[in-house]
Amino acid sequence: MIHAENLTRYYKDLCAVDRINFDIQKGEIMGLLGPNGAGKTTVLRMLTGYLKPTSGTIQVKEYGIDTHPLQIKKLMGYLPEAAPLYQDMLVYDYLHYVANIRELERQQKMPRVRHLADLCGLNGVMHKPIGELSKGFKQRVGLAHAMMNDPEILIMDEPTSGLDPNQIVEIRQIIKEIGKEKTVILSTHILNEAEATCDRVMIINQGKIVADGSMDTLKQKGRGEDLISISLRNAEYQSVEKELCAINGVVSVAEDDGEDEAMKVKVVCKSTTDLREEIYMKVKATDWILLELTRETQTLENIFQDLTKEN
Amino acid sequence: MQQVKYIFKKEFGAYFVSPIAYIVISIFLLITGWFFFMTFFLYNQANLRNFFGLLPITFSFVIPAVTMRLFSEELNTGSYEILLTMPVRFKDVVLGKFLAGVAFVGAMLVPTLSYPLIISFLGPLDWGPVIGGYIGALLLAASFTSIGLFASSLTRNQIVAFIIGMAICFSLTLIDKMLFFLPQSLLGFLEHLGADFHFGNISKGIIDSRDVLYFLSLSFIALYGTGLAMEEKS
Repeated sequence: MIHAENLTRYYKDLCAVDRINFDIQKGEIMGLLGPNGAGKTTVLRMLTGYLKPTSGTIQVKEYGIDTHPLQIKKLMGYLPEAAPLYQDMLVYDYLHYVANIRELERQQKMPRVRHLADLCGLNGVMHKPIGELSKGFKQRVGLAHAMMNDPEILIMDEPTSGLDPNQIVEIRQIIKEIGKEKTVILSTHILNEAEATCDRVMIINQGKIVADGSMDTLKQKGRGEDLISISLRNAEYQSVEKELCAINGVVSVAEDDGEDEAMKVKVVCKSTTDLREEIYMKVKATDWILLELTRETQTLENIFQDLTKEN
Repeated sequence: MQQVKYIFKKEFGAYFVSPIAYIVISIFLLITGWFFFMTFFLYNQANLRNFFGLLPITFSFVIPAVTMRLFSEELNTGSYEILLTMPVRFKDVVLGKFLAGVAFVGAMLVPTLSYPLIISFLGPLDWGPVIGGYIGALLLAASFTSIGLFASSLTRNQIVAFIIGMAICFSLTLIDKMLFFLPQSLLGFLEHLGADFHFGNISKGIIDSRDVLYFLSLSFIALYGTGLAMEEKS
């Protein structure tokens, strides 16, 4: 559906996006993750044809972005960050204006505007100027704007920023609903959001792709290490260390701040096998009292930090 | 071309939802009306020469005030991004906004049609120069609007856009009045750059193709420049 090759964009001397390649299939919901200033928005702006790549090519279906920008724009719906709309226009007028520019059939315009007003919950504000709406409603108007032409590709830049938790859930539901048939690309820096909505995530940092794949493959790609924390009473650290290090698969053992009488030990081990059982057997063989035994798998936050903190 | 129509409609409508339109029209009518009728009864002649004579100067600051928001506001709020990611060409946007500006100046001129009507009751009015004057006024408006539009496309600050537009329009208006500083050899050439000089010809009732061509090419150059400024941003 979308094919980008060697995509590069400079702002004067600053390299915002650095030779990235990716393919997006039809029907995928792709999340673009990255820290602030990583180049997320720049990538999206190039995909929508708003910015020209300094070098590299983008192909959407059979169209190239420099030869057929208009055809590509017709396939796409775009919601920029913070939905910058015309403040003075009424919501109703604005949606009709978009329907006109998007060249909807005359008899389709009214039903389409009505349908989007229902879908995005805009019925109560249709006759208010956009400038007077709250941020959440502006975002909904932006969403209605982006979906006006029933686009095959929907691109959204931080669609849930500034919304309250209820609205976030609603918008995520809408995104999932659309994503059943359409290709959706969204950028976010909220990891839970990507986890909740996206089939595939691409993490970019300093203009480069540092990870690309489904949520599960990304998690596996992490450090490949699990953390098991144990709380023990009636034990000495040196003997604990000695016993635990003997287990096959344990990478390191360290003492953590414990409570009064209990001792906390953090065990780092390879994530290929679950060592909880063996640790328990070791503890059972001694006269230590086991208070707690928990295994933490790699969280998305950890992976994100690992991938974006380096350099 | 459909897009030009819708952008025109939207921009022209936007003028009248905010109070700016009414303020600018009032100021324009007040200034032209005052300066025209202040001397009209002293000369005791039934013509509009004074009204048209002042038009290039009034237009030089009124039109940039009309056009300053066309691009700057969009650049400032970011709606420019929304506009350009819809299926529109640069020239659709430029033409739509330009025509909206010209139509607004046209709407501003409509109330002044009452001057020749009133005057025709007071004495024998020669309608030739009046018609020529209004045609010239529209041509002048078109070129100043395109200059204002160009200025607006350069910056996201409306005040800066206004000042740039006004500076260019004023220079074009006054250029033939400042020529006495320059050597005789350059005079003939530079005189033809002045908007006032060409407008003067038309408002006498002589519609010369050279003057029409001057205004059309001025508009074209400024609109082309606007297109380039948009290109530069992407």
